[in-house]
Amino acid sequence: MTLETSSAALDRDVAVVLLRDMLRIRRFEEKCAELYSAGKIRGFLHLYIGEEAVAVGAMRALTPYDAVVATYREHGHALARGIDAGRLMAEMYGKQEGCSRGRGGSMHVFDAAARFYGGNAIVGGGLPIAVGLALADAMTHRARVTACFFGDGAVAEGEFHESLNLAALWKLPVLFACENNLYAMGTRIDRALSQTDLAAKARAYGIPSATVDGMDVLAVAAATRVAAERIRAGSGPQFLEFRTYRFRAHSMFDAELYRDKAEVEEWKQRDPIHLCASRLEAEGVVDRAARAALDAEVEAEIAGAVAFAEAGTWEPVEHLTRDVYTRPL
Amino acid sequence: MSTTVAIQHVTYREALRQALRDALLRDPRVFLIGEDVGKYGGSYAVSKGLLAEFGPERIRDTPLSESTFVGAGIGAALGGMRPIVEVMTVNFCLLALDQIVNNAATIRHMSGGQFSIPLVIRMATGAGRQLAAQHAHSLEGWLAHIPGIRVVTPATVEDARGMLWTALEDPDPVLIFEPQTLYNMEGDLAESAGAVEIDRAAVRRMGASLTIVTYGATLHKALTAASTLAQEGIEAEVVDLRTLRPLDMTTIEASVRKTRRVVIADEGWRSGSLSAEIAARLGERLFYNLDAPIARVCTEEVPIPYPKHLEDAALPQADTIAAAARALLH
Repeated sequence: MTLETSSAALDRDVAVVLLRDMLRIRRFEEKCAELYSAGKIRGFLHLYIGEEAVAVGAMRALTPYDAVVATYREHGHALARGIDAGRLMAEMYGKQEGCSRGRGGSMHVFDAAARFYGGNAIVGGGLPIAVGLALADAMTHRARVTACFFGDGAVAEGEFHESLNLAALWKLPVLFACENNLYAMGTRIDRALSQTDLAAKARAYGIPSATVDGMDVLAVAAATRVAAERIRAGSGPQFLEFRTYRFRAHSMFDAELYRDKAEVEEWKQRDPIHLCASRLEAEGVVDRAARAALDAEVEAEIAGAVAFAEAGTWEPVEHLTRDVYTRPL
Repeated sequence: MSTTVAIQHVTYREALRQALRDALLRDPRVFLIGEDVGKYGGSYAVSKGLLAEFGPERIRDTPLSESTFVGAGIGAALGGMRPIVEVMTVNFCLLALDQIVNNAATIRHMSGGQFSIPLVIRMATGAGRQLAAQHAHSLEGWLAHIPGIRVVTPATVEDARGMLWTALEDPDPVLIFEPQTLYNMEGDLAESAGAVEIDRAAVRRMGASLTIVTYGATLHKALTAASTLAQEGIEAEVVDLRTLRPLDMTTIEASVRKTRRVVIADEGWRSGSLSAEIAARLGERLFYNLDAPIARVCTEEVPIPYPKHLEDAALPQADTIAAAARALLH
C-alpha cells in the first residue's frame, strides 16, 4: 500500500479556500463544544476536529448536482458542502430555522438544496442509500456522483460489504469515501478487523481503490478529483481510504480510556490546518496579515451563526406530528 | 340495452402480476428489484415473464443482501424513481429492518419534511404451507407499529390487482403483505379492474349478530366460519382490515356499534399484537356499547412448526373462530 500525498504545485486560490473551509469547521465545532457545556446543545455531539481535510478536500471534487450521504459526525461535511453555518447551528440548537427544522439535531443534518441526504446515525446505514441514489442516476443517465462518507467502524458492518458488492456489480456511480480515524468509537481498528488495509477490501470487490493521507487537504482534493472524474466517465464505483485522526473524544461522554494521550499528541503534530497553513506561509501565499484576516472572517461567520441560532424559534408543539407522512393519514 | 362487464377468472398471483405489469407500463420510473425476481420469475412466480417483457434494467435480480437492496430502494426513491422492492418473505425482511425502520420510516420527519420516500416493499407472509419457523411468521402487525410507513394486506384478487398502483402513487413508504396461502386462490376480476383505495377497511359479509375483524389469509377462514354460523342462525359481519396502518377504526367501530359483539381473528401472536391494539381501541371507545367481552383468536405463541397437524393447531381456523363467536352469544 502506498499513501497518496500532495506534491503537485499549488493552485493558490484553491488552497486558500480549502484552508478557510477547514478553519470554518474547526471554529464552528469549538464553538459547539462550548455551547454544549453551556447547555445550548444537547443529545449526542460528535466532533470532527482533526479530520477536516477529508470533508473539505473531497467536497471540492463535487458539483451541486452530485449527492452526499454522510454519518453522524457530519458537521464538517455539511459546512464544506455549502450548508449555511447559521442554519446548521440552529439545527444544533433544535430550532425550527435549522436545516432539518430542528428535528434531527447534530446527527441528522439534511438539506435538499445541497443534495445532502443525512446525517445517518446507524453505522453503515448510509451506504445502501448511496447505492440507491446512484442507481437512480444510472437508470436516468445522469452523469452524477454520489459521495458516501463513512468511517472504519462501518467496514465491519454487513451493509458495507453488500453495498460495495452491489455498486461494483452494477457499476454504479458511487464514491465510497472511508474516513479511517483508527477507532470505531473506542475500539481500535486492529481490535476489530482481521484485515486493516481497507483499500484491499474494496479491491476484493473489483473496485479501484487508493489510500490517501487524510491530514493533507491537497492530497485529499487531488485523489477525490481523479476518482470523481473516473466515476463521471462511467468507470463505476471508486473507493478512497483517508487516513485521519479524531483529536477530540468520540462524543461529549467519552473519558478516552482506550487510547494514549501521547498518541493523540503525535497525531496533532500533523494537524491538517497547521500543515496546510504552514505550507501556504512557506510558499508565500498566505502571510501573517492575510491569515489574521482569514481568522477574523471565520470568527465573524461563526458569531453570526450563533446569533442566528439564538434568535431562532422553537417549532410549535402543535407541529409535532407534521411530516410523519406527506399526507396525514 | 345492457352493458356487459368482461370478467376474467384469475389467481391472486396473476392479479399481482397484472398490477406489476400495469405499473411498469404506466410509469417509466417504476422498476422491480429483489432476489430472483427476474430469471427465476419470483420465488412465488409473481414476476414470471416480466424480465422478458421489460428487460434487466427494470426487473433487477439482486444478490442476497436484503438490507442493501431495500436501502437501495430508499435511495432510488430519494433520487426520483418509483421502486418496487420484493423481499421473498417477511422473515427475511428482518435483515432489512435497519433500512425500513431507521431510514424509510424516519427520513421525512427527521429531515423536517424535506424528503419523501415513495417506495413500495412487497413481501409474502403467513403460515399454512408447512414452511416451518423461518418462512411462515406473520410479522405485519409488528411493522404496523412503526409511524412513517403504511402497511396493507390484500386478501382478495381485486385488492391484489388494485393496491399496488395506489401504493406507488403514495408519496411515503408502503409495505404490501401478500399471504402466501392466497397465491393460488382464484377469483373473478373485471377486465377493467384497476387501482383501489387503501385507506378503508371493507365489510366482506353483512350481519347483525356479531362482528369478526380480520385481514389477510384469515379473512377466508372467517368467511367460512360465518357461513357455518349462519346455518345456526348467527349472522356474523366480517370486516377485512385491508390496511393495518393506519387502522380504519371508523369502519370497525360502525360495525361493532351495530352488533355489540366482536371477535378479532389475527394470524399474529396474541402478545403485543394488532388484535391487542384493536381490542384496546374498542375498549377505549365502545366499552358501554359492548354486550360481551372482546374475544380474540390468534396464533399460538410458538414458532410455527413444520408438521401439518401442529401448524394447523397453531393457527386461527374457521372452527376456532366460529367457536369464539358462539361463546359470545351463549
